[in-house]
Amino acid sequence: MKRKCDKCSRPATHHSVEIVKGEKIEKHLCDAHAAEEGLSLQAVHTPINELLTNFVKLHAGVESDDDTKTAGDLVCDQCGITFSDFRESSLLGCPHCYTTFEAPLGPLLERAHEGGTHHIGKVPRRAGVAEQRQAQLSRLRRRLDDAVEAEDYELAAQLRDELTTMEDPS
Amino acid sequence: MTPGRMVEQAGEWLRGSGPQSDIVISSRIRLARNLAGYPFVNRGSRRQHHDLLDACRKRIVDKRLAENILWVPIDDALPIDRQLLVERHLISRPFAAGKNNVPRGVAVGGDETFAIMVNEEDHLRIQVLRSGMQLTEAFDQINRIDNVLEESVDYAYSRRFGYLTACPTNVGTGIRVSVMVHLPALRLTGEIEKVKRAAQQMHLAVRGMFGEGSEAQGDLYQVSNQTTLGKTEQELLADFEHTVVPQIVAYEHQARQLLIKQRPHQLDDRIHRAWGTLTHARVLGTDEVLQLLSHVRLGVNLGRLETTDIRTVNELFLLTQPAHLQKITNEAMNPAARRVARAKMIRQRLGAR
Repeated sequence: MKRKCDKCSRPATHHSVEIVKGEKIEKHLCDAHAAEEGLSLQAVHTPINELLTNFVKLHAGVESDDDTKTAGDLVCDQCGITFSDFRESSLLGCPHCYTTFEAPLGPLLERAHEGGTHHIGKVPRRAGVAEQRQAQLSRLRRRLDDAVEAEDYELAAQLRDELTTMEDPS
Repeated sequence: MTPGRMVEQAGEWLRGSGPQSDIVISSRIRLARNLAGYPFVNRGSRRQHHDLLDACRKRIVDKRLAENILWVPIDDALPIDRQLLVERHLISRPFAAGKNNVPRGVAVGGDETFAIMVNEEDHLRIQVLRSGMQLTEAFDQINRIDNVLEESVDYAYSRRFGYLTACPTNVGTGIRVSVMVHLPALRLTGEIEKVKRAAQQMHLAVRGMFGEGSEAQGDLYQVSNQTTLGKTEQELLADFEHTVVPQIVAYEHQARQLLIKQRPHQLDDRIHRAWGTLTHARVLGTDEVLQLLSHVRLGVNLGRLETTDIRTVNELFLLTQPAHLQKITNEAMNPAARRVARAKMIRQRLGAR
């Protein structure tokens, strides 16, 4: 069943199918001819999650590195996680983490997303007002949590009303 | 309505229709979205989880995204109902298992073309699932749902990073496009590993039927994008429509023709042995069934087996799974008992004794 190389009688190990203007172009080549054609497989691409985990682990291991150490100590003032926490779990704690950790995250994202550094896709219709509102909503919600914790139900009710009005202007 | 009512039939995505459905079983798109003002699910307090869940449930139901929306509170659901939803690809495995037992739920459209998980890894995981190669249709549908939801919630979004997600591998568009493809001939000719490597070079993930970490049972593979930042939704869809899917389909067709030309007897032997086993065996495990169904499906698609049809075969891929089997027979069974019941159900559905 093994197909032979298009250029010699050795078994073909590299196969490619390309569609160019509706025409199917197939190539079946042995290792040597594939290398000649530049078809030989380059280093196999690592799936993103693995890349991220490895990257995060790698950097977690080099605490002596000044930059990394500083980055590891960064704390998100909204949810309280550190960059080290993120390295452990691969999960950020809240939307604000993207601002807090922007510097160390940037290169990481670039590697994980084929060099992508900025979003160029869909924009929510309400994006313009969004950023300020987002911060305000977070603040209100945290105050609400504190109020409930402190059993200050009067304040909690008031904050809840504020949140409802903000979230549902209609 | 309860999940139990879904059981008798396969969902829309296994109908076996739609463009290129001999190879492309289904098209799936999901969007990861989070609400501004809350921490991500992994850092939320129990109260925040409840608040968010209630708010989202109300909005999803109020917005009348579809007729007959089914809302399932997953943390209250029976394990078998959760498993049923996993088997139908309406919720993820981690969501069913529920680390830390986060309050969570899923809204399922009446026709099962869409599902919205609330409090998964992200606040909202919206997905649309359709049969055959229908990525454009799936994208139009999910984009409409996203727009409707956006009217009443503030999504966490930044100008630089786009839609903000708990795991930065999803940040940007938050979109995952995937197709489930049936590649039995590439497996038989031993070329599947090369296809996987080629896909990985294109920054695509190749997984089994049940997603992350699952083996490709029944020669069913899910191919999906990994890059979500720095690429538009349209570019990504175009990649799938004009490059990824046509190449995989062409490759599988080529392998099928090769088998017919070079090993027709061995090919027919595989197909008919599979048919023979499915219609006569008395004890069948899931893995074996999926492999046999794969060969039968290949036989039907190539016109070399005319004793059944694609829809029946597609349905069996689903109905032979543990939760479905137990729901249909209406009996809780251990694995050994299931193997017997599975063989019996298959014989019945395939018209054998």
